[in-house]
Amino acid sequence: MFKKFTPSTDIAGQTPPKSSVQRSIRAAVLQQWKIGLETLEEIWPKKETLIHVKCREHISIYSVQNVPLFFQHFDGPFYPTLRLLHQYPFILPKVGVDRGAIRFLLAGAPMMCPGLTSAGGYLPPSEEALPKGTAVAVHAEGKEHAVGIGITTLGTEDMRKLNKDVAVEIVTHLGDDLWALQTL
Amino acid sequence: MSSSDQQEPQAVRPLEILYCQICTFPPEYCEFGSSLTRCKEWLQGAHSQLFDKYYSDEALQSKIGTLSLEAQAKLEKDTAKKEAKAEAKADAALKKKMASQVSIKRIERNKRKHVTAIHGLEAFDIELKKAAKFLAQKFATGASVTKNAQGQDEIVVQGDVSDDVMELIESGAGPLKGVPADNVVIVEEKKKKAGE
Repeated sequence: MFKKFTPSTDIAGQTPPKSSVQRSIRAAVLQQWKIGLETLEEIWPKKETLIHVKCREHISIYSVQNVPLFFQHFDGPFYPTLRLLHQYPFILPKVGVDRGAIRFLLAGAPMMCPGLTSAGGYLPPSEEALPKGTAVAVHAEGKEHAVGIGITTLGTEDMRKLNKDVAVEIVTHLGDDLWALQTL
Repeated sequence: MSSSDQQEPQAVRPLEILYCQICTFPPEYCEFGSSLTRCKEWLQGAHSQLFDKYYSDEALQSKIGTLSLEAQAKLEKDTAKKEAKAEAKADAALKKKMASQVSIKRIERNKRKHVTAIHGLEAFDIELKKAAKFLAQKFATGASVTKNAQGQDEIVVQGDVSDDVMELIESGAGPLKGVPADNVVIVEEKKKKAGE
């Protein structure tokens, strides 16, 4: 999503949304992420107004004090930015890829099932299976921090069963243009 | 989405994350970046403990663990290649920057009124809007960022201020920092007489 992103041409405008809209965003974030009210308050204090940065192709980035915090494509799920995820690694469910896949991930490729099901990969156990279309933090074998954020295109159980084709579409990863964008 | 919504009584503190000063990645990912050698140097100097953690022999051994030797060799080769490529690119960019020129153009508006157009500042990472504001304040005139006939952005300042702008650039005042004075030229453009 952010493989090519130049702020000067791809940003259409920055506006603060209405407070009622902000409220609904806050509620949606609380519902979608594993995050407590207090923690969200730390990240995004009530007093601070959210700025909605409209970008091309229906991408909305939301920032507080010029720091991008999360983004959304059309009206899909909210994804935290990678920097925010590094600070609060528990907000998204985790999947892991093996070492061989890191290189491709950093080039923006979607993650295939074998990379997740192999010895180095990690999928949540069956009792915590994730459905299709979940925002996930993509971790890598032997690394502490997440390398990317993606959305599952298969349920985790299906990934184990089918074990081929795309499992996680990457929306943002280390070193892409959103990563380079530290302030707006 | 996630069904389990836990309510922590206390806010969870954010983790302190160290990022590499060179490639901005967390240091464990430097090996996948395009400036590994410089990243290593930086980490060794600034955080030698972490350096030992990531680049000691054991760490390297365990990393290879799940990969075949061949794949590992290929990976290393790729990294080296990528690094060389990035370096060449940075070099080329620097060269281009040094070769690019800033022109200060005095344009005649009518017989005794002029505007000054400054072109090419963006090559030196100057924010045109800020620079225009600065110039406007300095000379107490209007200054704006406009597109010229070729569709490139330039700063247009009202009044003949070319020499003053030259001086400002030379002294590197305010936002006009980092422009080598040798690359600045002053040009004069007379208004073409229309209808003759």
